[in-house]
Amino acid sequence: MNRRLLWPAVVLALLLLLNLFFTPGFLSIEVKDGHFYGSLIDILRFGAPLVLVSLGMTLVIATGGIDLSVGSVVAISGALACLAISEGTGVFAAVALAVAVALVLGAFNGFLVAVVGIQPIVATLILMVAGRGLAQLITDGQIITVTDASFKVIGGGYLFMLPFGILLALVVLAATVFLTRRLALGLLIESVGGNAEASRLAGLRSRGILITVYAFAALCAGIAGVMVASNVSSADGNNAGLWIELDAILAVVIGGTLLTGGRFSLGGTVLGALVIQTLTTTIYSIGVPPETTLLFKALVVAAVCLLQSAAFRSKVFPQRERPAARPAAKDTTEVAR
Amino acid sequence: MTALTGAVVPRKYLPVLVTAGLFLAMFIAGGTRYEGFFSAQVVLNVFIDNAFLLVVAVGMTFVILTGGIDLSVGSMVALATMVAAVLLNAGWPPVAVIVVVLLIGAGLGLGMGCMIHFFEIQPFIATLAGMFLARGLCYTIGTDSIPITDPTFTAAAQTQVPLGGELWISPSVLIAVAVVGIAAYVLHQTRFGRTVYATGGNEQSARLMGLPVARTKLGVYTISGFCSALGGLLLAFYMLSGYGLHAVGLELDAIAAVVIGGTLLTGGSGFLIGTVLGVLILGLIQTVISFQGTLSSWWTKIFVGLLLGAFILLQRVISGRKK
Repeated sequence: MNRRLLWPAVVLALLLLLNLFFTPGFLSIEVKDGHFYGSLIDILRFGAPLVLVSLGMTLVIATGGIDLSVGSVVAISGALACLAISEGTGVFAAVALAVAVALVLGAFNGFLVAVVGIQPIVATLILMVAGRGLAQLITDGQIITVTDASFKVIGGGYLFMLPFGILLALVVLAATVFLTRRLALGLLIESVGGNAEASRLAGLRSRGILITVYAFAALCAGIAGVMVASNVSSADGNNAGLWIELDAILAVVIGGTLLTGGRFSLGGTVLGALVIQTLTTTIYSIGVPPETTLLFKALVVAAVCLLQSAAFRSKVFPQRERPAARPAAKDTTEVAR
Repeated sequence: MTALTGAVVPRKYLPVLVTAGLFLAMFIAGGTRYEGFFSAQVVLNVFIDNAFLLVVAVGMTFVILTGGIDLSVGSMVALATMVAAVLLNAGWPPVAVIVVVLLIGAGLGLGMGCMIHFFEIQPFIATLAGMFLARGLCYTIGTDSIPITDPTFTAAAQTQVPLGGELWISPSVLIAVAVVGIAAYVLHQTRFGRTVYATGGNEQSARLMGLPVARTKLGVYTISGFCSALGGLLLAFYMLSGYGLHAVGLELDAIAAVVIGGTLLTGGSGFLIGTVLGVLILGLIQTVISFQGTLSSWWTKIFVGLLLGAFILLQRVISGRKK
């Protein structure tokens, strides 16, 4: 196995083992009513929106950027879809509208970053703050409830015995892998993340790539927003997707993609997102009081990040690293272990 | 016009001047629109309602000037109110409580600084873990709002310091102003302050110049933790309760205030007075919205977002021209 994926995989396996220890039937999957049931399926289903958002975030981070606005985009797209459906629009048109608006918002982020040249963290902070207000404006501060059976399918329904959300996430994952690993796009993204100016001089259209990447991140967030709204059959402008950007960034970092840009690992990101979702599930299933959820999460996050830090490993386990300590100067194109 | 301002004031002061101009313009616009807006007490009320944010934003300014970021401040504020409320209810003397809370804040800040400096974990991630940790500690201590009935704290909440005429401020404002004064002195007049700017400008160069970068980076996160804890105490004075859900999202307000104040998130450039103006503008937006009466609270977020965008574009124009 790729060494980069080792630590997140170990942590995921440990979490699952911990669960198995407390709940003996944890890993079993059974068929009820023609659907698969089980804790593992639940982890995948509830983790699907996070996986989606994290996939988009991975590409943004690979270009050396960051997208703080995805949580607000989740809220906006959920709110728009629910508002449109409650006013009589067809489900397909409503979802298309929500996803299209998300795409436009992402392109706006990309425009600020690539054309205006604003730091990504600041550029997306604008939409993060204003977007939350916009989502509340769309829902008028209320929670919009919809009772449309076909809308419910997206986040709560089943297809081929599996929850539809999981399949949707898998499709997006497959498309992303195809676009970035089978086509040249992934290479171009890594090149821009390694050195945007050098890539431009080498003849790459860095701007177009950056805008594409931010639009893709928002697209993923838009789909996740529809999924979240569909799962609870309602849109809550205030709380939908709240802090999901932080979880997504964590998932990407746990998955071994450096925040400095360059190389990225989609498999690592999926593992990272699953680690976070499994952590949440674990906390409930092993009976840790829910009040301490965040505390537990903080400890695991700190542990994973420390284990991945070369500086930490060379200071704490000196003999196991290469004899010459890694120089402090970082090369952004360096392959992360 | 631009040539004129470029000649009269150094370019580095331009963002701060624009922020100050915007504040005045907002105040005058509010004054002509709303009855009773045009009074010094309205400005003082902005200070009274935002004293805690001011203190937190001061700490954030130090961190951002070194090119870092501190996402943990909101949770730290909540933790401070929670610890203060619990200890006071356990019968501790107020002075001891204040000292303990400030030590916890500075200690957690130092811990995050260590993770960032010694283990090379990005500030964003390290302080994110700190954010979860502090919020998690709050909920572990208790999930309900804990009232504070200590006489010292209630006195701090209710005392009105007269300023002559009908005007008054709260003791918290005095503390916040003192913090701003001390921080401005440290940042602009001491060796530590120069190193903060140098580290933010270019960490590698600062290290090669022999500046104590390690000490400075640990220092700024400690200061930010300390300021968050102090801000938490001021919030405890203001709300007279400790609650794990206090100050959710405060880190964004603090970062927004710093950015609106003209400090660059890349570090190395900015002034403390800008942060003060940034906090005042955020406060004034809320005041305008409450005076308007018909606008819903979410308009605050939209306005803050638009303002952020406007300021960042402005900075971009200014710094773009410098090249």
